[in-house]
Amino acid sequence: MSDDDLVRRLRSGDESAFVELVDTYQSSMVRLAQAFVPSRALAEEVAQDTWLAVLKGLDRFEGRSSLKTWIFRILVNRGRSTGAREQRTTPVDISDEAAVERRRFDAGGAWSDPPTHWADEVVERLSNGPLVLKVRAAVSGLPENQRAVVTLRDLEGLSSKEVCDVLEISEANQRVLLHRGRSRVRARLEEELAKR
Amino acid sequence: MRMPTLRRDIVCRQAVELVTDYLEGVLSRRDTRRFEAHLQACDGCEEYLAQVKTTISLLGRVQPEDLSPETRQGLIELYRQFLEA
Repeated sequence: MSDDDLVRRLRSGDESAFVELVDTYQSSMVRLAQAFVPSRALAEEVAQDTWLAVLKGLDRFEGRSSLKTWIFRILVNRGRSTGAREQRTTPVDISDEAAVERRRFDAGGAWSDPPTHWADEVVERLSNGPLVLKVRAAVSGLPENQRAVVTLRDLEGLSSKEVCDVLEISEANQRVLLHRGRSRVRARLEEELAKR
Repeated sequence: MRMPTLRRDIVCRQAVELVTDYLEGVLSRRDTRRFEAHLQACDGCEEYLAQVKTTISLLGRVQPEDLSPETRQGLIELYRQFLEA
């Protein structure tokens, strides 16, 4: 089903088209909204407001971006304003955040405490549920913008261009946020695996 | 930390900051060569890159929570109201 067809069916009152959209995007929308607001209940509200805005704005959808990125962009704008009202919004992170703690390198910048080997072992049991849960928790603990980028890129599988379009940020900014977010999640995983 | 042009061989502390740019394919050819040369010689950084790739694979397995039947029904009602308005 192309975006144009879907939009045409939505305008003509075809409920099955709307149900199809809801089944495709609602869960992802709530997950993304949680980057900006403090509770799941609020995230569901943001998603519901987004659907109404999408329906009211159908005539303005021009197909310059995909329906998916258009819906996500509306959601992000609503999530940001709701989050600001809830005073959750943190100041823009401009700190110099290292991917790996400095103390793990010697004065020359070489590893003094190198990573132990687990990458291959974990790949062999990727379906490992508990580790996926740890990773999910690590994403929930990320600062808002890192969480949004990691959610869209790595959880939803959007391209970097789509992510920039949805969040209205530059490619360079997107890469910094992705780098910091992924680095933090890797560090959490390392901590978790060290316990075993 | 963003690395300016790498004049000489890179060290581990720099290599870990280049991982995302490397995976995104935005390093210059010269920096890509230096990064890969460093990894060939450095077991720790080779493992580090593998861990980041594993992390990305795990992230790809995180599923959103299922839509509840109540929420789904509520949204269908929303659509009906929208059509009537």
